[in-house]
Parts: sequence; structure tokens; C-alpha cells
Amino acid sequence: MAMQQPEQTTRYRGNTQRSAPQAGGGIRRRQRGARATRPNATLTRALGWFSLGLGLSEIAAHQRLAKMIGVSDHSRVFPLLGAREIVSGLGILANRRPVASVRSRVAGDVIDLALLALAMNSPGVRRNRLAAATAGVVGVTLLDYFQSRRLAAADGTDPTVLPKDEAIRVEKSITVNRPVEECYRFWRDFQNLPRFMNHLESVTVIDAQRSHWVAKGPAGTTVEWDAELINDVPNEVIAWRSLDNAQVESTGAVRFEPARGGRGTVVQLKMHYRPPGGSVGAMVAKLFGEEPEQQVSEDFRRFKQVMETGEIATTTGQPHGHQPKAALRSLKGA
Amino acid sequence: MRAACWYGKRDVRVEQVPDPEILNPRDAIVRITATAICGSDLHLYNGFIPSLEAGDILGHEFMGEIVEVGSAVKNLKVGDRVVVPFPIACGNCLPCADGLFSLCENSNPNAWMAEKMWGHSPCGIFGYSHMLGGYAGGQAEYARVPYADVGPIKVPPHLTDEQVLFLSDILPTGWMGAENCDIEPEDTVAVWGCGPVGQFAIKSAFMLGAGKVIAIDRFPERLEMANQAAGAETINYDEVDVYEALLEMTGGRGPDSCIDAVGMEGHAPGLIGAYDRVKQATMMESDRPHALRQAILACRSGGTVSVPGVYGGFLDKIPFGSFVNKALTLKAGQTHVQRYMPQLLERIEKGELDPTFVITHRMKLEDAPQGYDMFVHKQDDCVKIVMTP
Repeated sequence: MAMQQPEQTTRYRGNTQRSAPQAGGGIRRRQRGARATRPNATLTRALGWFSLGLGLSEIAAHQRLAKMIGVSDHSRVFPLLGAREIVSGLGILANRRPVASVRSRVAGDVIDLALLALAMNSPGVRRNRLAAATAGVVGVTLLDYFQSRRLAAADGTDPTVLPKDEAIRVEKSITVNRPVEECYRFWRDFQNLPRFMNHLESVTVIDAQRSHWVAKGPAGTTVEWDAELINDVPNEVIAWRSLDNAQVESTGAVRFEPARGGRGTVVQLKMHYRPPGGSVGAMVAKLFGEEPEQQVSEDFRRFKQVMETGEIATTTGQPHGHQPKAALRSLKGA
Repeated sequence: MRAACWYGKRDVRVEQVPDPEILNPRDAIVRITATAICGSDLHLYNGFIPSLEAGDILGHEFMGEIVEVGSAVKNLKVGDRVVVPFPIACGNCLPCADGLFSLCENSNPNAWMAEKMWGHSPCGIFGYSHMLGGYAGGQAEYARVPYADVGPIKVPPHLTDEQVLFLSDILPTGWMGAENCDIEPEDTVAVWGCGPVGQFAIKSAFMLGAGKVIAIDRFPERLEMANQAAGAETINYDEVDVYEALLEMTGGRGPDSCIDAVGMEGHAPGLIGAYDRVKQATMMESDRPHALRQAILACRSGGTVSVPGVYGGFLDKIPFGSFVNKALTLKAGQTHVQRYMPQLLERIEKGELDPTFVITHRMKLEDAPQGYDMFVHKQDDCVKIVMTP
């Protein structure tokens, strides 16, 4: 189904570097910097097989290996190191996104280097062999480290390597068993939004175009910004965006369409926003148990509940034998 | 108030907890006069259902008197005597409007959890883990009932609590299990599991036109109940091979439809039972589908397998080749209790059906821990326990 992009047909003031919404449905995760071919997939796999092979030999032939490195007296620790290598190797080979496993290799290399350094001071070691082994491990460590950085950059999970676009994007569709007019009218009155968007404290309408939004930020803070309506086609689409210099840059568009067979309304939401503090701020928010994409999804689910049932399903405040754990409580519907 | 709370595997305690309150305009508060332990509660008791928390109040089969209503509840008033259905349903979403109340799209505030496991979420259920909403259950003195304008059904004063309590769950569950078989007149229906749901499935199958019903279990007292009270012929699977016996009893063709009223904790003798238990212990299989396997194999070609039994996770070694090559139909689901309550209440009022025959034990809510223990071990010929607060 061809989708018109209202944000592009109307005037779109502001920073041209701001992310433009993409066509298509589904939930988009955090934008990746380079969606092209994975860097050095071959090298990653080679590291995986190397880990497996080394791990197996550390377990099966630990005495011979220890003698080769020059630490024959310390061969008993090798099976443990071998087990660790095998876990890393399996992680790299089995996962589609093995950045964590490659990182674990780096951690393992650091442990190896520490052990080698300790061994240097023990009596009975063959120093020449040990030095050669250490040089080898240093080389492997550097290889692992830079590969993990490369993978993380492609993934967008390395906070020190900023992806091209920091916007958080959520796209979600839901079918509401109410007529199009009702859904449109409810959403169009922005003052209704805090009823189902849990992180909004209030939305005040200033004039025909502008509104003032107040939201709860992470860790008990409050953020406020002004937004303007950039598109409004009754019973079809509402689009808005935050004004320049807003604390939270955001754009959103919600489309309304009759569902097939006269069975209600399909409501499609597309929202992009940059939380305060950029991606680092988003990470901090995650530490406090907040996942932006899921929150928007849950807000949208609550929109359906309010439209269909007039209330939001909740269990907050019900009796209980013990207090529920805090983490689960914050994710619950209320 | 006093309430039965879950504290871990095989650990239920009756504790003092706060009374429930109206949280939403469509809520009502019920003072509970009778409640029961369900076979599916045993899956919680045995630790097979994830996302329970210490202190969760259990129980989803309850009835009583309305003591408070929210501002948006117009069809009920204080003093009304009601039976409460176990699925919590809003009445307004498309599934509810279609009568598929256990598929309500709005009543599970933790729908995201169920979606991760099952793709989509069913309705919220009283006292059945946080994945299904985390609602406080009805093995207590009071309960908060959401969407009270849709769920609870008023019951007439001349019927006792015991006569109507099972409208909350097991009677409609047995009925829907039988209805899902698409029974033609004089069909033969085989029912695995002679617990309360199986007993009601047998009765329902007859009421829906079955000519013969065969009940399968290993506990003599349950087979006896199925035979005497429900009118079924019986097979004890500890003594005979089920497939062979069914062939013999159906003129070589197999039953026209099969009902699995056993669910995820199926008991299987011998090697296959050991296989299931080992796989469960090593988390490679979450449910034990022994009855389902037998039902698929025994069902006549072109027949229907109906599964009111509760399953939660993944099955192993299902004879799907048999299913495909015999052109079977499989129907399942949590019961759409609200859909069946009125017609079943009418049948009880007319005397066509007296559900009390499954009750074997009565006790106080305070004795719930002993009740669970007796029920799980099937001690003292226990079939159904009804508790009063």
C-alpha cells in the first residue's frame, strides 16, 4: 500500500540534518550508522573458530601447551581458560550480532595477559618462550579490541562511536474497534494524550498551531517543549513536531484509516525523537528501566484501551502478599 | 482480609492482606462466598507457569455478593449475588464483540509479556501469573472484578452456591471442549482426563448429541464418577492399551472426536513418560502432552481433537504426520466463559444438569494449603475442593 509522507509534502522547517521518516511499517530500532555489508564478517568468524580451537587444545592438551609457552608448572589452570575460550567461540559463531562475544574475547585476553605477567615472576618458567607467547597474546588482544569496536560501530551499540543519526524511531499500527472520526477526534485534542501516554504529564494547547508539552524525564526530571502542528487532514492524518531549540526534539505523525470489512480503524503511529542527552541520555534512561520503543508501544496500546473501554487496564493498588519487585512494577501497564 | 498467596513451588500460604479497592470506574468489589481450586491452579502450584511473584493471590473460580460498584457500572448493584467468570474481558474490542472473550485485547496490562511468548496476548485472567495480567485472584474473602458490567452473571436465590459456582470456569470449559468437537448426533467422543473438566466435558458431549462417550484415566474413583454420574464407558490406561481399546469400542474406526482434558502435566507410564520428564527437567520441553499424542493417533480420520486442557509452552514428539494424513481438525482455547454462562445457568435452573456431583471435599479458605496438597496428590479420592472464606 503506497503511503504518502505528509511530513514531506508540507513545509518542513528546520535543521536539514534531522532524520526523515522512512516508508514501510514495523517497529524500527535505533538507527544504524552503516547498513551496508558487515565489516569483516570473515575475520569475526575466524576469531570464533580460533577461540574454539584454542579452547579445545587448552582442555585436551593442557600439559603440552603449557610446556610450549614455558609454564609447565601451571598447566592446571589451562582447562578453565579453555572453557572460557569455548564459550566465547560459540558466542561468536552462533550469534548474528556477536559484538558481545568478541568483547568477551578482549576480556579474556586481558586475563591471559595478567596471568602471563604473574608467570614472568615465577620460578621455573622458560622466560624466552613466555615472552614470545606474551607478544602473541598482545597481538591477538589488539586484533580483538579493534574488531569489537568495528562491530559495535556497525551495530550502533558503542556509545563512543556515534551512529549517523541519533533519533529513536518507533512505528506501530493498531486496530481500534471504533469509527475513524472518533479516533481522529480524540487524538486531535492533544490534551487527551497524557491519558494514555504515561510519560506525558500535560499538553496545553496555546493556539491553532502550537501546544506546550511537559513530560517526565529519566530519574525524576521534567522536560518541556513547544510543538507545532505541521499537518492536519481530518479523519486521515495528524502530524506535529517540536519547535527549534526544544529540549526534546520530536516529530510524530498518526494516520487513521478504516479497517477492512468495516471493523474499526487502523491507526498508524510514526514517532521520531531525540531524548535529552542524545544517545548517552537514552542509555542512562535505559539504566533506570525505561525502554523508549516499548514505552511508545505501550502508550499506543493504552490508546486502544481508552478508545474501546473508556479506561486503562491496571492492577496497581490491588492487594498482595508481598510488594512486587520494583523492576517488574515499573513495566506494568499502569 | 485473608487470602491464599503463592510463595513458590508447592508453597501456598493463607495470609492477612489489604482489602481490594475500586481502581477503575467499571470495577466492582465482590465479597466471596464460595471459591474453588482448579486443576490449572496446580500448574501454578507445581511451578510450571512463569512470571509468578511471591505473594500473588491465587484463585479464579469464585462467586459472591457485590459490596461496591464503580461509577460506570449500571447493571449491578450492591447486594446482587453473582458468579464471576475467570477470563477478564472488556466487552468492546473486536474479539469480545465476536463472543471470543478469552481473547480480549484490552484486559491484560502486561500484554507485552504474553506477546513475547505467544505472539499475541490472550485476555487477563484472575490469579494466573503476571504474564496474564497479574490480577489478584479469588481464593480470598474479597476480590476486585474489572469490567463488572460485562463479566459477572446474576444468579437466582433458589440455587445454592455449589450449584452455580462452577459456571465461573470448569463447567463452561467442559462445555466448550465438547462444543469444539462439532458433535454430530450419535457420534462417539473420547475424553482423556476425568478430573472435573473431563466430567463436565462428558456430560456436555451427551447433551450435545453424542451417542457414546468413552472416559480415559487411571484413577478408579474418577473413572467410577465418569461412569455413574456422567454416563461414560471407561478405559483405565494403566490396564489396557488405549488405542487398541478405543478401536475395539468404536467398530475399528476410532472415536469421531477426542477431548484432551488433561493438559500440560500429562502423566505417561514407561519410557515416553520418562522422556517427557527428562526433557522438562532439562528445559528442552516445557509441557508433557501425553494425552494429546494419544488423542491424535486414536481419532478417526477426518475427526476433531479438542483441547480444553491448559498448555503453556512447547511440545515435543507430536505425531503431526498422523494429524496431517488423517485430515484432523484441532480446536483449543481458554474458555469464553461469558458466552456460555447464560445458557448453562438456564440448564441448571431447568434441572438438566447438576454440577455438584464433582465436589468431593469442602473446607475453609484457611485450609487452602492442605487442600492444594490433597488435590495435587489426588489423596482421599479427591476430585474437586470447594472452599468458603
